[in-house]
Amino acid sequence: MIPLLEAIGITKQFPGTLALDNVQLELLPGEIHAVVGENGAGKSTLMKILAGVSTADSGEIRFEGHPVLATSPREALLLGIAIVHQELSLVPTLTVAENIFPGRLPTNRFGMVRYGELFREAGKVLQKLNVAVDPHAAVEMLSIATQQLIEITKALSLNCKVLILDEPTSALTDHEADMLLAFLRRLASDGVGILYISHKLNEIFATADRVTVLRDGKYVGTEKISDITPDEVIRMMVGRELGNMYPPKSERQGVPLLEVKNLRLPDSQASNNFTLYEGEILGFAGLIGSGRSELARAIFGAEPKAEGEILFNGQAVTIDSPKKAIELGLGYLPEDRKAAGLFLDMSVKLNMAATVIDKVSSGPMVSPRKERILAEQYVQRLDISTAGIEQEIRRLSGGNQQKALVAKWLAIQPKILIVDEPTRGIDVGAKKAIHFLLRALAESGVGVIMISSELPEVLGMSDRILVMHENAIVAEYHWENATEEKIIRSASGN
Amino acid sequence: MVSTTPVSDLPEKNVSRSSAWGVFARMMRVREFTLIVMIVMIGIALHLITGRFFTTPNLSAISLGFATSAIMVFGMTAALVSGGFDLSVGSVFAMGGVTAAIALRAGLPIPISILCGVGAGFVAGLISGLLITKAAINPFITTLGMLGIARGVSLAITEGAPLARLPEEFFIFGQGKTIDIPNLIIIALVTILIGDILMRRSSAFRQIYYVGGNEEAARLSGINVDRVKIGVYVLSGMLAALAGVLSVSRFTVADPGTAVGEELRIIAACIIGGCSLRGGRGTVIGGLLGLIFVGFINNGMILLRVPVYWQQLSMGVVLLLAVGFDTLSQRWQVRSKGHPNS
Repeated sequence: MIPLLEAIGITKQFPGTLALDNVQLELLPGEIHAVVGENGAGKSTLMKILAGVSTADSGEIRFEGHPVLATSPREALLLGIAIVHQELSLVPTLTVAENIFPGRLPTNRFGMVRYGELFREAGKVLQKLNVAVDPHAAVEMLSIATQQLIEITKALSLNCKVLILDEPTSALTDHEADMLLAFLRRLASDGVGILYISHKLNEIFATADRVTVLRDGKYVGTEKISDITPDEVIRMMVGRELGNMYPPKSERQGVPLLEVKNLRLPDSQASNNFTLYEGEILGFAGLIGSGRSELARAIFGAEPKAEGEILFNGQAVTIDSPKKAIELGLGYLPEDRKAAGLFLDMSVKLNMAATVIDKVSSGPMVSPRKERILAEQYVQRLDISTAGIEQEIRRLSGGNQQKALVAKWLAIQPKILIVDEPTRGIDVGAKKAIHFLLRALAESGVGVIMISSELPEVLGMSDRILVMHENAIVAEYHWENATEEKIIRSASGN
Repeated sequence: MVSTTPVSDLPEKNVSRSSAWGVFARMMRVREFTLIVMIVMIGIALHLITGRFFTTPNLSAISLGFATSAIMVFGMTAALVSGGFDLSVGSVFAMGGVTAAIALRAGLPIPISILCGVGAGFVAGLISGLLITKAAINPFITTLGMLGIARGVSLAITEGAPLARLPEEFFIFGQGKTIDIPNLIIIALVTILIGDILMRRSSAFRQIYYVGGNEEAARLSGINVDRVKIGVYVLSGMLAALAGVLSVSRFTVADPGTAVGEELRIIAACIIGGCSLRGGRGTVIGGLLGLIFVGFINNGMILLRVPVYWQQLSMGVVLLLAVGFDTLSQRWQVRSKGHPNS
């Protein structure tokens, strides 16, 4: 069989960095081909070159056996190569149909859009791909998972033969991800070749036919999924044994630290009760939109709650703003790192000092010395790789950014730390580091609440697991009795 | 603990190539430095051409020309850094002056009259701040509204006529000198210096940068975003009114029609000085240098007998060049750093 797409000896040099060094890749028709590697391994750079977003310094790309040179995404599209980026490129206020055909809307001779035809055409495309969405619906009304399907539909409406997906499931719940993956398998069975970048090995092993591993810009190897184990893939990615991803569970029995009583979220009838004990990691599982983040933010004073009582160390407290929460010793690491966590244009140092402006001040003035000591201490303690504390935080990898955000909360010396999707979109090494860090924190007596949509993580990290469904806590499991099946069942309301 | 070190995230690799050029390039990225170099170059060029640029009367005239603007630069920098801006400063300037003049003519003591003027600015800023935070009206619309209101108030209470016949002793701020330096320049310099130190170092003002950098992240970090924003507009209003009062003291009349369009001049100066409309970035000194830079160019045009009509054009060109240069250099920087996996 002639490969659909073939990359041979691709090299890309950025000043100071060899992003890709003689990398190869082969995609067969009807194949789902996973590309894995840690952050900085060069996956995205390779995909961008294949999709015409950037060009290689040397090497050859063959499409159906013929050498091609796509110098713009448009040229790549005309060849039949489409890329769906991590960030969706849909216009939220427009309809599904308008989003599927941007820039090529059917028009009459006065240049006016023929909406009848547009919706009919869009309906046909959606039906052909088996996507059950009304083409008249506004995109902003759809779930992220459905938006992702629209984005893919848009790419495939051009009869693409190669579809490149950059971490398509990072914002999806397991259930939604399963839907998407089933959709991809259907596409592949129609002969589309799919290149699939992901950090999630369980997905890759459930979906892909082959996997290519990159490390530090170099090609490590390509293996059939049926011939390899996840541990072997991890070993290829990191070039060493990573050991267990999850630290051992705690054995300590703590006293109640935080008691939440009859807490009801706005627009919801359910009242929630739970207790967080000193030194434990309490996992929150559930589908996206099940109210986990809203509950956490209500406790933290960042969002209103309809009613409810919070006891901290046995004392009733009113937390009506994050400021109040922080004064009590509560920290909250939000799920959306870029939108709600980072001050992207600011230095690592200033990001870390954001929660403790008063602590790094002497009198009314900020003390540069205290600020420096604080930042250097955490850079060292959390092993953050950065050119220095004055480095802009946007230049750090996702994993290191996340560590810096954790540092910002460690700086308040929290008694309770709520982490919302603490390892989303970061590489395995950093993920493991954050896992061990959270456990070490719990061992020191801090109560940790961890919200995660990754079931292995919830199971691997938590001492107890609460499952939410439609703004209500519907189940509680001790870690020894918890299984993925039980959690999925509770999370879907059964 | 296991650590992973993606190659792309170690900019030392780039720095290791640094040479004299690298150091120079990095210094050029600090806006204040670039501006100082250019200001000095323009000054030298003008002095060589005209032979009377670096003379005490000329420099003193230039400085007096933008002393009141410099006071407003502090407030505008704070507003820009917080992610907003204040379009009402020109009108509040006039309203502050008019209010102080009315108080003086009513026979109130000079300090009280000045306080009345500044108080008018405080009220204007407080209203803007409350509307921006509590009613969530965007700063453009809010301060555009305040621009009309403050100007309207000034015109209405004076019936459009400038107020003169103010007590002589009041003119000491705008016309007096201390050891040969005009008081107005001293007041402006002290304001700018205090402003710069506060913005750089004080923990209260530091919050403005966090709010402008990422409002949601600031809120979740325990910063009272509303209070910071209200404070910023109150500061800007008070400083604009103070500048207006000082201007009355200098020119001996309170003109309700003064300083029309001043807001755009101040915003332009701040942006030339390194502020970003997206917030989170900028210094008071930078804004002052932006003001001086444009002032020098305009003064040069006068010395070179370029018709006055061209001055507006120079402002526009300098603004676009400064911002354009900045955007391009940033893009170039990002491209050369190369983020394979970001």
